[in-house]
Amino acid sequence: MTLLTRRTLIAGSAAGAGLLLSGCDKVAQVPAFRKILFSGEIMNRGLQRALSNRAALAPEFTTAEMSPRFRVNGTHDPNTPDYTAMVAENFAHWRLKVGGLVAKPLNLSLAQVRSLPTRTQITRHDCVEGWSAIGKWHGPQLGTLLKAAGLRDTARYVVFTCADLYNGQPYYESIDLLDAFHPQTILAWALNDRVLDVGHGAPLRLRVERQLGYKHAKYLMQINAVASLDGIGRGKGGYWEDNVDYDWYAGI
Amino acid sequence: MTDTDPPSASTPRTIFRHRIATRIWHWVNAVTLFIMLGSGLTILNAHPHLYWGAYGANFDHPWLNTIHWPSYVTIPAHYNLAIARRWHLLFAYVLSFGLLGYMVISLLNRHFLRKLRVRARDLAMRFHDPADPQAYNIFQKLSYVGVIFVLIPTMILTGLAMSPFMDAAWPWLLDLFGGRQSARSIHFIAAAALTGFIVIHLTLVILAGPINEVRSMITGRWRVPEEEA
Repeated sequence: MTLLTRRTLIAGSAAGAGLLLSGCDKVAQVPAFRKILFSGEIMNRGLQRALSNRAALAPEFTTAEMSPRFRVNGTHDPNTPDYTAMVAENFAHWRLKVGGLVAKPLNLSLAQVRSLPTRTQITRHDCVEGWSAIGKWHGPQLGTLLKAAGLRDTARYVVFTCADLYNGQPYYESIDLLDAFHPQTILAWALNDRVLDVGHGAPLRLRVERQLGYKHAKYLMQINAVASLDGIGRGKGGYWEDNVDYDWYAGI
Repeated sequence: MTDTDPPSASTPRTIFRHRIATRIWHWVNAVTLFIMLGSGLTILNAHPHLYWGAYGANFDHPWLNTIHWPSYVTIPAHYNLAIARRWHLLFAYVLSFGLLGYMVISLLNRHFLRKLRVRARDLAMRFHDPADPQAYNIFQKLSYVGVIFVLIPTMILTGLAMSPFMDAAWPWLLDLFGGRQSARSIHFIAAAALTGFIVIHLTLVILAGPINEVRSMITGRWRVPEEEA
């Protein structure tokens, strides 16, 4: 093989690789292929849950293994007049509403939430971006509240509505009942032995330890049991899911 | 064929070199690794810092800050973490189950034993054994063993170790790699090693005669180099 053809071949391969790369972006726009591309999420959820004990606990750590500093991510401060007013009065008038498909809707003060039996867990928080931080969380199990409210048989998902706004709308997230009743799924009101600060989601945030960080809704205001995610946002179950194609099932 | 056989006539001789399972797996992997590396670099761009241990974030000490990967090597070209993850996690199945299928077939039909077992005569350190021109040389054997049994399994297991659900289901993944951020670092190192393998592999294909080599990986038939035929 002469040098010329060799050179042509290398140049051709490089051009081919470039075409393939841009080709990937083109096919990702084709609805039929997009459907295949997005089907990975269904396999992730199905396979992960089939392959393992559904009730398996996320690893828990000792105080010596904690991150020296737990970084803030997402909203650093909701900074709305309503929220700022609540901070000023130390959340004295904040209420958590639990409703939707429940027999007995709840309307709880922060003192009432804090008086519920709590679970303390030192767990690892994994951001979809790739970083991890280990912190100590303290709060009641979500299952305790859902049992108190009495879920109806038709309920399939639990939707969280928050005080922070994205594009003028409250942040929202959702999980299914398997995660909602998992023992490590708690509503945390303390981090590292201190009452939750504004950066980390005061006064109350979700911990759903076997999923990525964006599922862990901060600044909780309302918890609704629903039969379907269709009526919420654009129907994909969360702000990031609806707006930038993040997976609803974030176990990987 | 033995050493006493006379060299065949000067007409080029072709032999059947690659089985159908090898050829299919090769091309599936060529596409899959291309997508995995491109989408992996987009995911790395989301947080281009690598740590050792269980945790690691902005206030901790990375052992490596990578460059920001330019758009001409990433999938998608414009930064979109969600779409990169969709590509990466879907084709992870192709890579994993492809490896599993190829391993099962090649163990059952003794393909690995016939092709990759290192023998005393391999220590002669030559590209082709004239007595058995289709046999792999020791460098090929060691690199294929390394890729099939070490590098790709490491990619898959460190990938799983980054999944918060899998860490709950299979906590031994974390023990194996020393924590999630260590697994993420090893994932990157193994990807770099695989990239190195691909670069050397492509270089050698070009040096050995790309048309003959590529054809052998499509049809299975390979022309024996004349000086050794």
